[in-house]
Amino acid sequence: MSSSDLAVAVRGVSKSYTIAHNAPQHTTATEALLHKMRHPFERANKETFWALRDINFEVNKGEVIGVIGRNGAGKSTLLKILSRITEPTTGEIELYGRLGSLLEVGTGFHPELTGRENIFLNGAILGMTRREIERQFDAIVSFAGVDQFLDTPVKRYSSGMYVRLAFAVAAHLNPEILIVDEVLAVGDAEFQKKCLGAMQDVARSGRTVLFVSHQMQAVNTLCTSAIYLENGKIGFMGDVQNAIQHYMSRKQTAPLEAALIKRPGSGELRFTTFTTDKGTYLSTDDIHLEMEISSFSQEQPSYFISIEVYNSYGLPILHLDSRLLNQEYLLSAHRRLAMTIRGPRLAQGDYRISGVICSPGGIIDKLDGGAEISIAPILPYPGRRNDCANHATYYPDFEIEEKTVSQHTPVEGAVETAAA
Amino acid sequence: MEKTVRSVKPLQTIRPTSGWAALNLREIWQFRDLLTTLASRDVKLRYRQTALGVVWVLLQPLLAAGIFSFVFGKVAGLKSPGMVPYFVFAYAGQLGWGAFSSTLSKTSSCLVGNAQLVSKVFFPRLVLPISTVFSTLIDFSVALGMMFILLLLFGIHPSFALITLPFWLLIILMFAMGIGLLASAMMVSYRDVQYVLPVLTNFLQYGSPVAYSVTMVMTRLPVQYHFYYMLNPLVSLLEGLRWCLLGNNAPSPEWGWVFYSVVVSAAVFVWGAFGFKKMERKFADVI
Repeated sequence: MSSSDLAVAVRGVSKSYTIAHNAPQHTTATEALLHKMRHPFERANKETFWALRDINFEVNKGEVIGVIGRNGAGKSTLLKILSRITEPTTGEIELYGRLGSLLEVGTGFHPELTGRENIFLNGAILGMTRREIERQFDAIVSFAGVDQFLDTPVKRYSSGMYVRLAFAVAAHLNPEILIVDEVLAVGDAEFQKKCLGAMQDVARSGRTVLFVSHQMQAVNTLCTSAIYLENGKIGFMGDVQNAIQHYMSRKQTAPLEAALIKRPGSGELRFTTFTTDKGTYLSTDDIHLEMEISSFSQEQPSYFISIEVYNSYGLPILHLDSRLLNQEYLLSAHRRLAMTIRGPRLAQGDYRISGVICSPGGIIDKLDGGAEISIAPILPYPGRRNDCANHATYYPDFEIEEKTVSQHTPVEGAVETAAA
Repeated sequence: MEKTVRSVKPLQTIRPTSGWAALNLREIWQFRDLLTTLASRDVKLRYRQTALGVVWVLLQPLLAAGIFSFVFGKVAGLKSPGMVPYFVFAYAGQLGWGAFSSTLSKTSSCLVGNAQLVSKVFFPRLVLPISTVFSTLIDFSVALGMMFILLLLFGIHPSFALITLPFWLLIILMFAMGIGLLASAMMVSYRDVQYVLPVLTNFLQYGSPVAYSVTMVMTRLPVQYHFYYMLNPLVSLLEGLRWCLLGNNAPSPEWGWVFYSVVVSAAVFVWGAFGFKKMERKFADVI
């Protein structure tokens, strides 16, 4: 009984990539040849990087498994191996059913082709037969809501229509095992909800889903259990809440020494430590940042520190400058600084923190993305409903107070208050 | 796998592979819908994006033949064999060469041109180069139609040899595919292959009897070099294709060299297909 319930069995799967260290990456044969001629006896300092290491798990039919982890934890590699785009280095995977994968919405869409042609093209690329697509055609078109534009080249579609059509094809892919990567990160809020609904339908119909996402909210609502990946290994596997806890409690530290020389700036001073106290914060949590600054020169310029927090689109969201506090530093050999960003109330998402050491003469050190943090998808308001606040950058503290009104104005509706 | 007792066998097992692998033609057959969809995409795009559409497919060999007959026929004063006008002679050469060069350029760029697909979706990678053959065949058929019109116009009667046309075409395509498959696999790691290849193709065109006849080469080239010239498999293949189209007006190819070319083309094709298959597993990681 239990053996026939198995959908996916992953046994001892590892995947390694070889990175050449001192040899720069050659993208042309001429370059590689020239390098070889100039340095005939140099041996490339090759290092094996394990993107995945000894992954073992089993998924039963009808389960919806969330795969979570930081960037570079091996999530995408795992999905690519499962969907046979790339091979594992060791181990094996047994699939008990037809597998369809959706690593990107609209793969192979061609702007010059019409909506109708793209449905057939994209469907075929995702592994549907022509007959399957014909059978589902009307459903796809009505899901996407592009009936009038079927014979228009998709280059004239709005980006919303484009994404809707692309997802509609994917949503009608009917494999027994479905692999989904981050597709919900597209489209407007309403369409995202529709996509979530479609995914839920897939899950309810008894098919198996492996779902990779950074959106804990989506993982939480969709998945029956979750795998937390950390540095290519399974950090936790089990119920969703626990997996998310694991994900949130881990912090990200960037290896600074390796990149020390390549960083921009004049280099008299360098950040040698740049860490946050946690990896994931609630919106109202204080963020503690610890920095160590070391001197690499005899000169002693005075300097100030500027910290910037970027969102996942690379937009600077917060700027903190020690000059604002009238703090400038004169260099002693080694300095350790602790900064507290008080409850920044940022929206959920991933953020990168960059640090800059500046003197009046210019930049001394610039550390891009020295630390990475996530803000958990939990709104900082009491009695919160997530669906009414979706695309904001900040959630400031606010309150609504009811004032008495003159008698002749009728007042309808609820009395609302919100406070942190 | 044998450790636990299983009542069901897995539909599929994913394991690392290494070394030379089987071509797995059955899998390509399973993806035949993708094959035809990609092929029809290529054809549609080709005729939709150009203002002249199908005219362009005809114009290209006609212009080439026109230039060849002017430069080689008029300026250089070469003679075409038999009673065939130099223009028709050059057009017949261009027909075979066009099939070769378009197959080569399309197959060699198919992986890099579809990098998005290769890194995001699984399918047998051989589907991509195979799908390009369809549009080449359509172009060839259109140009071949023009060839017959030319034959009619100039009152040239093809001989019984015409039935060998599919044979010549097949061998030429195999040779082109073989090189193209290797080039496309190399292009994944080394992008300069795409710049080198057109240059080499250009050289090869002048080393092949497209704009001139083999007889011409044989009379003007010192005898000791004949052997090296014939080593190019395209020499006897293009000569053979032209012979089957123009009938008695063109000299028949040397059959010994034809045999040699068939063997070389088949070997290059097999080498290309298996080499492609062998390098296939790192495409998605490198591209």
